Amino acid sequence: MNVVVIDYGMGNLGSVRRALEECGARVMVSDHPEDLRTASHIILPGVGAFTDGMANLNSQNWAAEINRAVVEGSVPMLGICLGMQLLAEVGFEGGRTAGLGLIPGVVDLLKVENAAERVPHVGWNEIILKGKPNLFDQIANHTDFYFVHSYHFQPTDSSHITTTTPYCGGFTSSVQNGNVYGVQFHPEKSQRAGFQLLKNFLKL
Amino acid sequence: MLKYRVIPTLLWKNVGLVKGEAFDSWRRVGTVLPAIKVYNTREVDELILLDITASAEQREPDYDSIQEFSADCFVPLTVGGGIQSIDHITRLLRSGADKVSINSAAYDNPDLVRISSQRFGAQCIVGSIDARRTIDGGYECYSQCGTKATGKEPGEWARELQQLGAGEILITSVELDGTMKGYDLELIKRITDCVTIPVIASGGASGYQDFADAILLGNAAAVAAASIFHFTQQTPKEAKKFLSELNIPVRIFK
Repeated sequence: MNVVVIDYGMGNLGSVRRALEECGARVMVSDHPEDLRTASHIILPGVGAFTDGMANLNSQNWAAEINRAVVEGSVPMLGICLGMQLLAEVGFEGGRTAGLGLIPGVVDLLKVENAAERVPHVGWNEIILKGKPNLFDQIANHTDFYFVHSYHFQPTDSSHITTTTPYCGGFTSSVQNGNVYGVQFHPEKSQRAGFQLLKNFLKL
Repeated sequence: MLKYRVIPTLLWKNVGLVKGEAFDSWRRVGTVLPAIKVYNTREVDELILLDITASAEQREPDYDSIQEFSADCFVPLTVGGGIQSIDHITRLLRSGADKVSINSAAYDNPDLVRISSQRFGAQCIVGSIDARRTIDGGYECYSQCGTKATGKEPGEWARELQQLGAGEILITSVELDGTMKGYDLELIKRITDCVTIPVIASGGASGYQDFADAILLGNAAAVAAASIFHFTQQTPKEAKKFLSELNIPVRIFK
């Protein structure tokens, strides 16, 4: 098992690496796109704005290598937070920007539905399972995960939604399209439940 | 639904964990790393780690220490103290911070909040406000660890910070900090009335009822406390049990 964490200059990669190591993985944090050719699993982490994230992925030549590994090679990939959002076709944070297009859909700002809701959505909130997604094996319905985000992924095809979370009218908190997975929350900061999810991903 | 957060705050100065009263008479009370390890084991909701003298001493954040603190910490971590530039924020995030708290620098350089929010996302930038009561019953913001009057009114400043791009406000009452006399609910309410982003109440918590008051009366999204967790038998876990019995949604696990 050779887990490659994509280092494209966006955010806190240390906790992702440490959490994966705690889950028994051998981890390489890489800023060389060609390292994806030897990956058994790929993690696309990220904190920051959609535009900057895509600019970095494109200028550092990640997009082509991700496509090669994930689409042609069927390597499982997990996008976390911004990493999940970048899987979409289009993002609206910082202007309209094309995403990786691995899961059809758009990324837009959360809209509050009542005075009690505040954006960014920060803290622990529950996931509501749609069916029995393998990423959530041994994770109970309504388990709390740690979120910190203002934007959310709206998949075009509802069959790509694996969990929703009750906030701002209920948003998509995780997605899956074949071997491409995305979670809006931070499994590396979600303690036991988060580690279980990472272990499930590593078993793929 | 979204849970209200109970957040231990760790104040540190020259590697030592410290406790003061009203931002004064700081004394050393231990080292940071063991405290972080305990909170990690107890799976607290979040941690706030503030290097309280960095800005006043014109020091940069201590990245090596943050890296050491975060290496075995799987709790969401907000780090503050001494942040003056985008480069400082980049390095802190790379050292293991999940969010950064900006206080003194925001007064002199509001662009720091604006640009960092664009770069890293609003959710990453916590605008921290230290406020004191004024003689006429209002409030004023203070920078440099509570030593320098800024002329800003906290509610107005909170609104400005939100407009600049802060994703959360951490509001601390300077006079009540470390006293365990209860939060300044009026101050907290003033801030939550002025912004639509989440507000973290800080400064003065003496017990679990104060947390409930900050949430129910002050509309805080999270409550932060240092003294009661470090110097009394009260724990974040018991606090959440208390809050859940009042039907306040909190994260409880077995």
